[in-house]
Amino acid sequence: MRNFLAALRMVLQGNRFYYAWLGLLLALIALGIIAYLRQLEAGLIVTAMRDPVSWGFYISNFTFLVGVAAAAVLLVVPAYIYNFKPIKEIVLFGELLAVAAMVMCMLFVIVDMGHVDRLAHLLPVIGTMNFPSSLLAWDILALSGYLLINLFISFYALYKMAHSRDYSLSIIKPLIILSIPWAVSIHTVTAFLYNGLSSRPFWNASILAPRFLASAFCSGPAVMILIFQIVRRVSRIDIDNKALFKIAELIAYAMGINLFLFAAEFFKEFYSGSVHLAPMQYLYFGLHGHSPLVPWMWTAFLFNLCAFLIFLNPRSRQNFLTLNLACVLVIIGVYIEKGMGLVIPGFVPSTLGEIYDYSPSWVEKGVTVGIWALGALIYTLLLKFAMPVYTGALRFYAKD
Amino acid sequence: MSTTRDPHDTISRRSFLKLAGLGSLAIPAGSADASIWEAFFRKSFREMNRDEVGAMLERLERRYAEEHGYQLAVKVTGPLPGVKYGYGLDLSRCVGCRRCVYGCVQENNQSRDPQLHWITVLRFAKGEKWVNDLERADAYYHAEAVPEDGYFYMPVQCQHCEDSPCEKACPTKATWREPDGIVVIDYDWCIGCRFCMAACPYGARRFNWGEPGLPAAELNPDTHYLGNRPRPKGVVEKCSFCIQRVRENPGRYPACVEICPVGARKFGNLLDPASEIRYCIDNKRVFRLKEDLNTNPKFFYFFAT
Repeated sequence: MRNFLAALRMVLQGNRFYYAWLGLLLALIALGIIAYLRQLEAGLIVTAMRDPVSWGFYISNFTFLVGVAAAAVLLVVPAYIYNFKPIKEIVLFGELLAVAAMVMCMLFVIVDMGHVDRLAHLLPVIGTMNFPSSLLAWDILALSGYLLINLFISFYALYKMAHSRDYSLSIIKPLIILSIPWAVSIHTVTAFLYNGLSSRPFWNASILAPRFLASAFCSGPAVMILIFQIVRRVSRIDIDNKALFKIAELIAYAMGINLFLFAAEFFKEFYSGSVHLAPMQYLYFGLHGHSPLVPWMWTAFLFNLCAFLIFLNPRSRQNFLTLNLACVLVIIGVYIEKGMGLVIPGFVPSTLGEIYDYSPSWVEKGVTVGIWALGALIYTLLLKFAMPVYTGALRFYAKD
Repeated sequence: MSTTRDPHDTISRRSFLKLAGLGSLAIPAGSADASIWEAFFRKSFREMNRDEVGAMLERLERRYAEEHGYQLAVKVTGPLPGVKYGYGLDLSRCVGCRRCVYGCVQENNQSRDPQLHWITVLRFAKGEKWVNDLERADAYYHAEAVPEDGYFYMPVQCQHCEDSPCEKACPTKATWREPDGIVVIDYDWCIGCRFCMAACPYGARRFNWGEPGLPAAELNPDTHYLGNRPRPKGVVEKCSFCIQRVRENPGRYPACVEICPVGARKFGNLLDPASEIRYCIDNKRVFRLKEDLNTNPKFFYFFAT
């Protein structure tokens, strides 16, 4: 109890910027709640989704965030497999980011449901989960398992640290090793969710899952690079530049693969020119005069390309100005590409050939902003607690 | 129960309930009786025994009467032995009048506002490639009179696939294929995730984006639990071959078959060699939509001439 109060005090204290930040987040969350109540009252008709495009902005954000969560933990690979010291020390922050991202993912799925009160029908044992047939059932297990693993690892480590004790590697190491394939699996399973639908040619391409992973490996670490710099500024935690540059190098490889896979897909569709070309055409050139996503997609492509060049060149990736610029470009680029750019063309043209131009309604935007703010709040509070524990400024009193 | 409720009051209370994490139990707190909780904690339809189904139907009928003023009977007639339904559609006869669409709306209690249709009638220009290129089809033609010169029509509805992608996709087993081949949805088990809509190659599944607008005066009171009973908002619905009609003994035609003015629609038991659907399959040039996807539909298109 005393420990809890100590932690609470730590989390609630801060300077003016901290309070302003929390205030802003709380206001955005309130906005999201208002928008969501409106949606509950009237039904999903307040969104811009309709029968031809039955998933939209919510599922787009979900898809992007799964990637962030997966990639944050994939940083564990260089840390533990190759024993790369500078990164090993900051894995904890990646795990906490995964926790926040997972919570956001789940919320995005929940706000997309037509009947939230039947959420329990989804659960194993209590409901009637369609396992192993439905990929959505797999996704639920993969995501919640991943959340639990990361919660356990990070809180166990923090708990031990807060008691000035070393955490036992024999407990944590197998879990960390497990979390690596699990991180790959959450993103793969999410990709398979789309991939397995034979009626949607845009998704039903074997390149989808690898492309998912490659792009996740760009956006997630880019988020981490930005966060580490903030952590370094607001706390006494020492994060080696080498760690950041190493991550930047990894992004360069991942983005290279991502762009290559994109080119492969582009070639296959446009050279063969079958009717399956339609969604791709809709995305990049417009179809029968419908072209709402065209400017977005080219922006995403240019952003990804520029970021790739910056990350590739050692001089520009080791300059913080260009490095941060590239990170922002990658995050926006992948957000467009793996969000709306992935979900919408699966539905356009629809299975009966209808073209419905989707763009999110105000309610959808409000709810989305609210969930992002909540995720940011969760991560802020987790960091605020974890940072002093990490530096030794916060210590718990042992009960005995 | 006897308290009169101001609608605004219930809305705010509802919002509060939702905020408290109870979800959209569409029942005001003031009248919370045991049936709400029974409904909330019920088992899935296929796991219920006879008594539980009976209790549930009673609860449903009472709720319909209380909330909407619908006086109706909900039945759960099971499949007839030795029957597997098949549907035939003669493309050379269909004139694109869409009487089937509205006949279906009336029979199956679809929402009038917002409009919700289970049948889509596509219009194609003659002489174009079409079965693989549905993009050239028009689902919203506004003809003065049908058939129009230079066009032909192809109605599409649930194809009742043997290997249905929707059944595979549904995370809660809220949709399944009955022994007589009808693919059904339990509207009280569906969570509204719309994964089935993403999976369906025929655009056959329709979602209740808003509260269905179905005036009590326009209600068809003869309903089936898995078919045409009024649906709540936030669930997916679709054609059930008029399960409430075809499972009668002797069975009746689905409403769309009955209403078609040119006799383009055929229906029958695939297992009965003397049925008209078997005659069509044996004697006409039959094809199925998107055959390459291996969904194996029980809906057959053909050209009689």
